[in-house]
Amino acid sequence: MIGLWIVIAIVVLLVLYFIAQYNGLINLRNETKNAWAQIDVQLKRRHDLIPNLIETVKGYMNHERQTLEAVTQARTQAVNVTGGSVAEQAQAENALSKTLRSLFAVSENYPDLKANQNFLALQEELTSTENKISFARQFYNDAVMKLNNKIEMFPSNIVAGMANFKKADSFELEAPAEREAPKVSFSS
Amino acid sequence: MFELIRANKRRAVILVTVMVILLGVLGYGLGLAFWHRPLAGLAIALVVWSVLALMTWFQGDAMILSASGARRIEKKDHPVLFDVVEEMTIAAGLPKTPEVYILDTEAPNAFATGRSPERAKIAVTAGLLERLNRDELQGVIGHEIGHVANRDVLYMMFATVMLGAIVMLADVGFYTFLFGGGTGGRRTSSSGGGGGQAQAIMMVVTLVLVILAPILAQLLYFALSRRREYLADASSARYTRYPEGLASALQKIASNTIPMPHANRATAGLYIANPLKTSGRGMSDLTSTHPPISARIAVLRAMNADTSYAGYDTAFKQVSGRAVGVVPFGAARDSKPTPARAPSPAGEASSTPASRRRETTNALWSAQGYRFIRCPCGTTLKVPPRFPRNTVTCPNCGRDHVLADAR
Repeated sequence: MIGLWIVIAIVVLLVLYFIAQYNGLINLRNETKNAWAQIDVQLKRRHDLIPNLIETVKGYMNHERQTLEAVTQARTQAVNVTGGSVAEQAQAENALSKTLRSLFAVSENYPDLKANQNFLALQEELTSTENKISFARQFYNDAVMKLNNKIEMFPSNIVAGMANFKKADSFELEAPAEREAPKVSFSS
Repeated sequence: MFELIRANKRRAVILVTVMVILLGVLGYGLGLAFWHRPLAGLAIALVVWSVLALMTWFQGDAMILSASGARRIEKKDHPVLFDVVEEMTIAAGLPKTPEVYILDTEAPNAFATGRSPERAKIAVTAGLLERLNRDELQGVIGHEIGHVANRDVLYMMFATVMLGAIVMLADVGFYTFLFGGGTGGRRTSSSGGGGGQAQAIMMVVTLVLVILAPILAQLLYFALSRRREYLADASSARYTRYPEGLASALQKIASNTIPMPHANRATAGLYIANPLKTSGRGMSDLTSTHPPISARIAVLRAMNADTSYAGYDTAFKQVSGRAVGVVPFGAARDSKPTPARAPSPAGEASSTPASRRRETTNALWSAQGYRFIRCPCGTTLKVPPRFPRNTVTCPNCGRDHVLADAR
């Protein structure tokens, strides 16, 4: 009789453990989804801002046609892969970031442009959007790491395998060197 | 992150429990000494506490903001500040962007309030906005968002209330001893009998309690507050991936000699740097809500290779020479090493002190209801809130602007 009760107790504990693990996995997956949604919002915001920027800049930068075209092209490419795989989007968005950075770099040579209120506002908006993308990416990658750890590690991997949880892709930059930027002094 | 919140909650529960016991003992002792009704004293202590706690829960943030003279601003008033707050909100994964307030003072400082992340509010001073570049501002806002994300604000508010209640009761008790002792004396004589000596001992014990309770409560409060400052610094480094930003901001704040108006002991724990002390910030003492700024900067600068919680903990141990860090074990364990990012490129951080001053002044004026009219000739007219006429003439080119069109 006691043996039966012990078996029942063990089964109940196992079921409870299963439920807890399953709910934990669901939580992490939802967190990952939310984090991705945040990245998506910011990417979209950037896509929407770029035509305005090109419009504002065009009149001032006649000699930088190539730079402007590169930005437009990169944007089209990024818009086209929206909704695609994480790796695809990451690649397109990185290319866009790079062209934007070179656009802002050459804008330093145009004092008239640097005095344009509209341009300055757009530059701040895009800089901030870029930052938001990278902070959202940071948060998303943390969430992905937690989810993937749980899916891989014993014993939660058993639950994950039974409930068919899939590992998520993190949103990575191609090469760390890309984030390297010139040193700036704080004297200003 | 959740590990950090849990550890904070545990500590807060301990703090509140100890303070409740202190408060209860104080009320009990006072009741016994003056009215021979210890339970009445206890009841009074609890009533004082609950009234203060209820006020804090429903009105705490509003009281702190209005007492400091903060004004709410919109995104158009200061886009950079708003963008930075939004960035840090995303980095911390908070559910909602906090409301942003500005304080019209030259002293550089900032604080966060609001009982939950959904009701969080962040206030910065004009002096801070003028002095800091974008990366530094990000560090400071990261620290404040860290307070919000770690649930520090609510606990600091409640700890402040407990402290307030204990100080209040102790003050009442002290003055009763000084001036109102007659009431107790008459009662003592009317009760008569051999209780005289026990009564005297009781009085002495209560007097000691009246003097010691507030000091004890304050030391407890300060210890907790200092630890939370370090933790918020760690959070800021983690969110921004750039500890140098906050370190450099703290350096600028430390060099300030302008006192912060409207700050008092109750709200001091909520500011990024102790608003009450403008000198002697290098000294660490038991009665300070904040660790010395020099120590905070040293820790931040020592962690350049790894911006995670574990990296901050290692840097803290290295700088302080202590074996025990400030980051709860679970939070340090769950973090993976993350290298610091490069500073913002020169083009993006192109704000100059002059341009920052102009932006800050505009934000202050706009918060006070001034209207801004951009004249086609390039002049910006700033119209006060209760301007008596319907039109305003540009002093530069003589154009008339109709005020209804403004903004």
